[in-house]
Amino acid sequence: MFEALLFYVFGFVILASALCVITARNPVYAALYLVLAFFTSSAIWLLLHAEFLAITLVLVYVGAVMVLFLFVVMMLDINLERLREGFWQYLPLGATVGFLMAAEMAAMLYGRWSGLATPPRALPPGYSNTKELGRLLYTDYVYAFELAAVVLLVAIIAAIALTLRRRKDSRSQDPSQQVKARRADRVRLVSMPSENDR
Amino acid sequence: MLESLLAYAELKLGPTWGWATYELLSSLAFIVAILVPLMLSVAYLTLWERKLIAWMQIRIGPNRVGPLGLLQPIADGIKLLFKEVILPANANKALFILAPIAMLIPAIAAWAVIPFAPELVLADINAGLLYILALTSFGVYGVIVAGWASNSKYAFLGAMRSAAQMVSYELAMGFALVVVLMVSGSLNLSDIVAAQGRGRFADMGLGALSWNWLPLLPMLIVYFVSGMAETNRAPFDVVEGESEIVAGHMVEYSGMTFALFFLAEYMNMILIATLTVILFFGGWLPLWDSALNAAIPPILWLLAKIFVVVSMFLWSRATFPRYRYDQIMRLGWKVFIPLTLVWIAVIGAWMQTPWNIWK
Repeated sequence: MFEALLFYVFGFVILASALCVITARNPVYAALYLVLAFFTSSAIWLLLHAEFLAITLVLVYVGAVMVLFLFVVMMLDINLERLREGFWQYLPLGATVGFLMAAEMAAMLYGRWSGLATPPRALPPGYSNTKELGRLLYTDYVYAFELAAVVLLVAIIAAIALTLRRRKDSRSQDPSQQVKARRADRVRLVSMPSENDR
Repeated sequence: MLESLLAYAELKLGPTWGWATYELLSSLAFIVAILVPLMLSVAYLTLWERKLIAWMQIRIGPNRVGPLGLLQPIADGIKLLFKEVILPANANKALFILAPIAMLIPAIAAWAVIPFAPELVLADINAGLLYILALTSFGVYGVIVAGWASNSKYAFLGAMRSAAQMVSYELAMGFALVVVLMVSGSLNLSDIVAAQGRGRFADMGLGALSWNWLPLLPMLIVYFVSGMAETNRAPFDVVEGESEIVAGHMVEYSGMTFALFFLAEYMNMILIATLTVILFFGGWLPLWDSALNAAIPPILWLLAKIFVVVSMFLWSRATFPRYRYDQIMRLGWKVFIPLTLVWIAVIGAWMQTPWNIWK
C-alpha cells in the first residue's frame, strides 16, 4: 500500500513537471523541470527494484546530458515572440505526432495490461539487479550490445569529424616542447665589466 | 539492546507500526550520528587548512580565538549566520536561493552508502558506488544554477567553466572506478574493502601491500587528481579563480547562502578523500597484522587514513599554482582518459592470465 502511495506521488510529480517542460516560458526553467522529471522517473524505477537502470538514468541524463543542455540553453538569446509566430502553421503536424504517440502508448499498455497487473515475483536473497542485467547483456544479447556500442562510437567520431576544423590563424602550444625548454635556450648571460662612476 | 527496543515498540504499537516506527527512529538516529560529526569535521577542516598552509609558509595561522585558535571555526560560523542574505535586484530569486541547497543536498546524501566499519553503514545497497557517482554528478547543478540566477557576468563565466570542467573529469573518474570494479567484482563499497583484504601479501601479514593502490597506482593518481578537479579545489579552482572572475558562481552570495557553498565544497572534499581510502587504501583494514593494530577499532583506521588524504588535498593547494583553463581541459581529455582506457585493457588482459592476483 505504501508503495502504491509512493507511485502515485511520483507519477503526479512526473506529469506535472513534464507539463511544465512544454509550458514554461523560460527555457532554463524547462530544462530544470526536465531534470526533475528524469529524477522522479528514476525513483519509479527504484520502486520496481531496477536500481541499476534508475541510477544510470540519473548518472547519464541528469549528470551529463542535461548539464550540457543547460550549458547551451543558458547561452541562447531566445526571442519568445518569434518562436510563437508559427504556432498555427505547425499545429497539424504537431497534433498528428502527438496523436500517434498517444495511440502507440495506448496499444502498448492495453495490449499487455494483464501481464503488467501481475505482482512482481519475490526476489531471492542476494539478488543483484546489476549482476543479472550484466549477465544478460554479455551473454544472450552480446551481439546487439556490441552493435550498439559500435554505432555509438561511429556517432562520436562523426560528431567530432563534422565540427573539427583547423583555422589558419589559430595558435596552440605544445606542452612537451614547453617542458623541454632549458634556460640556455632562452637566456644568454653576458659578462660585462661594471661602469665606473664619473 | 537494539532488539529490546524493537520488541518494546512492537509491543506498544503492534507488529507493523512498531517495526516501522523503530526503523524510522533508528535511521534518523544513524543519520544524526553521521551528520553531526561530519559538520564538525567540515568546520575544523577549515581551521586545519589554514593552520597547515600557514605552517608550510612559515606563518602561524589563526591563533587568537580560543586556545590555539581552536574556536576560530565557531566564530566564523556565527559570523556567517548573522550576516544579511542579500538578494541582487535582477537575480532570479527562486533559483538564487535554490542553488546552494541543490549543491548541499547531494553532498550530504552521498554519505548514506559510505561504510565506516564492517556492518556499520546506513544503506548497504548493491549499487553503492554508482549511487555516489550519480549524486556527485548532480552537484554541478548548484554551481550552474547559481551562476545563471545571479545575473552577473563573473558568476555566469564561473558556471560555464564549472559545467565543462566537471563533465570532463567525471569521465576520467568513472573510468578509474571501472578498473576498481573489475578487480573487486562488486559495486558494493563494503565488498570492495573486503576484496582488498585478500591476496598474497595479506596472507603474509602485510595487508597494506595487497590494497588496490599498488597494482592500480596510475588509477589512484587519476582518481585523486580528478577528485580535486571535481571539487573545484586548487590547482583546478578556475571556477572561482579570484584573480580573473572574482569568485565565480559565488560572487553575488552573502551570509549563510555563501556558507552553504563552502559547506558543500568541504563536504565533497572529505567525501572524495573517504572514497579514495575505501577504493584504494583498504578502508578500515589495518596497515599490517599485529596484536596492537588489531586492538585499534576499524573506524579509527578509516578516520586516520581519511585525515592523511584530506591533508594531501591541502598540501597540493599550498604547492601548485593554478592551472590555465585550456591546460585543465588538455589534462582531462588528452592525458587522463587515454591513460584510463589503456589501463582498463591492461588490467583486463592481466586478469585473464594465470598471474591474476584478484581471484
